[in-house]
Order: sequence, then structure tokens, then C-alpha cells
Amino acid sequence: MDKENIGILVVDDEFSVRDSLYKWFMSDGFRTDTAESADAAMVKLREQTWDIILLDIKMPGMDGIEFNRHIRGIDKDIIVIIMTAYSSVDTAVQALKDGAFDYVSKPVDPDDLTHIIRNALEKRRLARENIQLKQQIEDLSMPDDIVGTSPQMRRVLEMVATVAKTDATVMIRGESGTGKELVARAIHSNSNRRYAPIISVNCGAFTETLLESELFGHEKGAFTGASARRRGKIERADKGTIFFDEIGNITSKMQMDLLRVIETKQFTRLGGEKPIEVDFRIISATNRDLEEGVAAGEFREDLYFRLNVFTIDIAPLRERTEDIPLLADYFVQKYAQSMTRGVKGISADAMKMLEAYDWPGNARELRNVIERAIVLCSGDEITARDLSFPFRYRMKQPGGDTLEEVEKSHVTRILERADWNISHAATVLGIDRTTLYSKIKKYGLSKQS
Amino acid sequence: MKPSKLYVVPVQLSDDSVLDPLLTYLAHAFRLETEILWKEIDLAKAYDAKRHQYYSSTILAQIVSNPPADAFRMLGVTGVDIYIPVLTYLFGEAQFKGLGALISTYRLRSEFYEQPPDAQLFHERLLKEAVHELGHTYGLVHCNYPGCVMNSSTYIEDVDEKMVSFCRACAKIIGEGGIE
Repeated sequence: MDKENIGILVVDDEFSVRDSLYKWFMSDGFRTDTAESADAAMVKLREQTWDIILLDIKMPGMDGIEFNRHIRGIDKDIIVIIMTAYSSVDTAVQALKDGAFDYVSKPVDPDDLTHIIRNALEKRRLARENIQLKQQIEDLSMPDDIVGTSPQMRRVLEMVATVAKTDATVMIRGESGTGKELVARAIHSNSNRRYAPIISVNCGAFTETLLESELFGHEKGAFTGASARRRGKIERADKGTIFFDEIGNITSKMQMDLLRVIETKQFTRLGGEKPIEVDFRIISATNRDLEEGVAAGEFREDLYFRLNVFTIDIAPLRERTEDIPLLADYFVQKYAQSMTRGVKGISADAMKMLEAYDWPGNARELRNVIERAIVLCSGDEITARDLSFPFRYRMKQPGGDTLEEVEKSHVTRILERADWNISHAATVLGIDRTTLYSKIKKYGLSKQS
Repeated sequence: MKPSKLYVVPVQLSDDSVLDPLLTYLAHAFRLETEILWKEIDLAKAYDAKRHQYYSSTILAQIVSNPPADAFRMLGVTGVDIYIPVLTYLFGEAQFKGLGALISTYRLRSEFYEQPPDAQLFHERLLKEAVHELGHTYGLVHCNYPGCVMNSSTYIEDVDEKMVSFCRACAKIIGEGGIE
């Protein structure tokens, strides 16, 4: 980080100390300012962000020890270095216990001061690096890749590649579990904003008040329980991407607030006054028909058009059956490896069952089914016995729509599942053996078919 | 009259012979006409009896007061030990993007560190500190380029490690008349 981007605030009631440290840090290239009291420093803290505060212990009004506690409450990332006379070392130790980074005794040896500032900056760098690494780990442990060779998925991948190069807002539509967040992450990681974070907000998971605080952050004391300043998701998404999942669920007030942020690229923290400028790209996702919401007056039309410059539709899994074996194999490899199990693949009969299922929970449900199957599997191949479905097993409706076609398909499936044991299949179907025989004859079914 | 001259103001300097080479070098380094200015400085105002040191800002304020009309920069050179209240000592102080600077020879002599006298080394240190502090008056901040005279130096070893000249980036700024 450039020194000019590092802010040092000197808080001391003695002019000569403020003046000399101001000159010292200025000539070192830091952004520097001074305050003669805790109250004056509080104003500067509200106006600008500071990285390091050099704080005198003995000041009229609020002393350094108390002010240090206030600073920790406002922003615990600020590094506080206590300045003390020899006689007040005990109080400096108290300040250290309260979270100050270090202390210096006045007058300070220039070399000691240089070292303390260098150490403070190193701590700051490590803290920021830590946050970045956590974000990277989050990105690395990203749930899954986008897998699929169906024409629908190829089209999605083409659109991702096209839109990633632009800064346009994107709306991703698809049923629950189709991988809308994966598509959003793919757009972000292929865009120019990839070195900044992508921040996800599940709009359906919060009440209006909580979502407001989650998005905009708050100042200390903005409401009961706001014991410290908190940066919201919009602020954290600066220079990056913000992903609004289930955008259709936000209230009309939040729609208005969001529209204002999108239009002005500015917002204020709850309980704050200073507008904060932000630069982010918006990707949103919905499993609802938002156009219907707009027509019904539930979703603002102006916000809808702001969010929906580019639309990506993800087809449900049942409409792209050819992706099921690919996805299933992908999940087997992934989970067998992470769970250190020797499972290598899926048997033909199990795969047939997976392909025949209608996957109401889409790829996410398929992932869960495979994950469970790997736990249950005793051999090196997942069999039909290892499969269990969270919803009642429902086949895709094959063949056609007439009652006869549906009946033929259903009788065939039950017979196959019962391995053509007529008595067993008749019991499952709830008919007697004679009726089953007549249906086998009627539809020309045989064990080979 | 356009300010164009660098005035060097001796303040209780035991050995004036150090001034000639200093003036010659500064004229070359900053492309300015240099001249010695004898000025009455009241050191008693700057003296701290407890610390046995002199407050550099008080001396500097006297050096830059009522400057000659053609003064572009004023550099005080003193033999006394200087300080600012929050620090134990200083090699020099400058007015950032301002008129004046002050350097002290007190801690530049090898004898201060219980080493045998070394006139050559002392002259080098003096030039480095003078150029460094004057660099601040042009708006230069401490530079991390290895060897640049604008490297921060809090110990005498730091002074010895750096060169007497600016790195290319700092030299460019000086050549352009400093940072506006």
C-alpha cells in the first residue's frame, strides 16, 4: 500500500507534539492530521478513515485510555499507539490490555518511532492479507463448477463469456438449485473486477430491517445492539460484484433504497450522515417471474429495467437430461475425493434411475443424492440401492400425455423395478395379478422391452 | 527581485571551514546561487535546560524570519544538539514545501559515537543531511529507492548507507522545481 493511502491521526493536547509529529509523518509521505482532544479526534474519525492513531494518555476531558476504548468500539481495525510520559507507563499497560497495539514513551527515539510505525503497518498489511486470503479460500471452495454439454448449458456458458467482458447488470433466472450463484461467480471471475470480491446477499433470508443493515452497514449506536461500526455488503463489494439472490423477495422500501444506490453510486451507513461512494457491478437472480411482479405492481418497473440489462435463463435439469450423467459423474469424482472414499462410478441401473427422475430440486438435489449415495456405497460403484431421494421418486413423464401412454410407462417401470416378479409388481400397483397380465398383453410388454 | 538564492545561515558553528564545500555542492545539486548569511539567532529561546538540547523549530523560525528579498531557500547549519519535543534528537528539520531547513552537525561527527575523528566522513554526512532537508522543502517525502539521499535516516548508520545524490525520480522533481 502506498504511504499516501495510509492515514495517521495524532491526538495530543500539546501543540508542539502535534506539530512535530505532523511534520515527521508528512515528510515520511503519510496522509496526516492532528486533533487536540478526544472530541476533536471523534469528528475526524467520522470524516475520514484512519489506519493508525497516535494517542496521548493525559488529555483534558476524555483521556487516552477511555478514548482508546471508544475507538475500539467504532472501528476495531484501527491501530492505536499510545504515547505516554515515563510516569504513566502503568496506564499505558492498561491501554494495551484494552487493545492498543503498542506504546511509546515521550520523548521517543526516532528509530523506535520508525520501527513501531513499520510494525503497525505490517500488522495492518497482514490483517488485510488475511481477509483477502479468506475470500480467496471462499472462492476456491466454491461449491461446484458449471457442468453440462446440453445446448441450453452451452448457450448459458456463451452468454457468461460475452457478458463478463462488460459491466452490464445481469439477471439470472432459473428454478431453485439450477446453479444461479455459480453462473454469477463465473461472470465475476471472468470480468475485470475479478481481483475484488464478489459479495452474495440472499434477499430472502432477512427481514427488511436486517437486510437494510446487512446491505448498508451501520454506525455505532444506530440502533439497539449496534455496539460498533459495521461495514455493509455494498461497501464491501466496492470495485467488485454484488450478487442479489432471490431479488424478487425485497420489500418496496428496499426496492426504492436499492434503486437510489444504483443510480447515485452512493449510500450512507444506517445512523450515518456522510455519503460513501461505491463502484460495483450488480448480478441478481430470481426464481420468480419478475415481469409478473412488475405487472402486478409488486416490483418497481424502473428497478426491474436497471437490474435486467442482460438476462440469462437456466433451464431446469429435467429439460436437459443429457447433462445428468455428466453432472452425476462430476459429483462422484468430487465427493469421493473429498470424503476419501474409493467410489469410482455409477452402475448402469442407478444411472438409469437418475436419468428417469424429474429433479424438482435440480442440480443441487442431484448433488445431495450423490453425496448421500457415496456415504452409503460399500463397493466402488454406486448402485440403485444406494440412491435415496428427498422427494418421493417421480419419473419424468415419458412418451406422451394420454392416459394410456402414462399407464403403459408406469406399468413398465414397476415391472422392471420388481424384476418382472408379477405378484410383487401387482401388489405395488394395487391391482390383482390377472389385471396386470391383461395390461401386459394390452400394451405388448415383455421382459426384454 | 525574483527569489533565486540559497542562503546558508551558520548558527553557533565551531568550525566555519565546513561551509565552503557545502555551498559549492549545494549550488551544483540544486542549480542555485549560494551565499552565507550571518544572522543573529537567539539560541537561549530554543534551549531546554532539562534536556540540554535546543528546540529546532524555534531556531528554524528565527532563520526564516525577515528573509532577504532574493532568498529562494534558507538553510541553517548549527553545531548544537537539536530536538523536537516528542523525539529524543534530530539530525535536521525542514519546512515541508517551505522556505527553510535546519541541520545539526552535533551528531554527525564520529567522536560523538566514540570513534576516531574522520573529517572526510563528517563532510559526507553534512552534505547528505543538507541535501535531504532541502529536498523536503521541495516537497519530497522519504524515498525507499536504495541509496537515494531522501531515504529516511534515524541512526547515523542510515546516513552512512545512503548516497549524497537523489534517485532519478526525486531528481526529476527537484529539476522541475519541486512538488506543487
